[in-house]
Amino acid sequence: MSVNGHPCKKDLLTQINAVSFAVIDSGMYLDTHPCDLNALNYFYEMNKQRGQMLREYASYYGPLTLDTATGSCSDRWNWINEPWPWQEGGC
Amino acid sequence: MWNYEKRLEFPVKISETNAQLAQAIATQYGGPDGESGAAMRYLSQRFAMPYKEAIAVLNDVGTEELGHAEIVCSIVRQLTRDLSVAEIKESGFDKYYVDHTTGIYPINASGVPFDAMTFQSTGDPLTDLHEDLAADGATL
Repeated sequence: MSVNGHPCKKDLLTQINAVSFAVIDSGMYLDTHPCDLNALNYFYEMNKQRGQMLREYASYYGPLTLDTATGSCSDRWNWINEPWPWQEGGC
Repeated sequence: MWNYEKRLEFPVKISETNAQLAQAIATQYGGPDGESGAAMRYLSQRFAMPYKEAIAVLNDVGTEELGHAEIVCSIVRQLTRDLSVAEIKESGFDKYYVDHTTGIYPINASGVPFDAMTFQSTGDPLTDLHEDLAADGATL
């Protein structure tokens, strides 16, 4: 679903949460199975998607990470503006 | 070193407050089998771990436990939003409220503050791993 050509904030965040969970869990599996090629390829793919989604989210709705804090090309520090995750409207 | 992500590992959206439930859930932040203890346990034990696979697991699981602590705190925060005086008294939340109001403070279910005595870091990898199994088994 998209709003004015932008991906919906909630949908994008749900996707970020899903791929991030996949990155964390496959990463921890790889800690004890470092030569599992299937798991390694899965990790690379999920991590690639996660990076793209985080950059896309930052460009429309503000950064979720400091690495993507430059994505919105703004003249102000947006890190403090969007709600924190425990707040109303947060992630 | 850690990097913060401005999102919860799993989202929390609570529409109905419940101060009694908040007290039961708060122990998962500051209690003997809570996320704070788990994070400190793994992040402390990793320094003495000699095996690279196990160092990585302690490091990455310990890191994730910090994210779990943040989820639990968010649940407690949202469960205690906009409470009336009557709700605070009737739910038994008044004992917590008098010291901390609706601030987040790590305690167990009976109100005892978080204590590092709830976990061990012995410097012996097998002993520490047994302690980890016992600790995480307690929450299953």
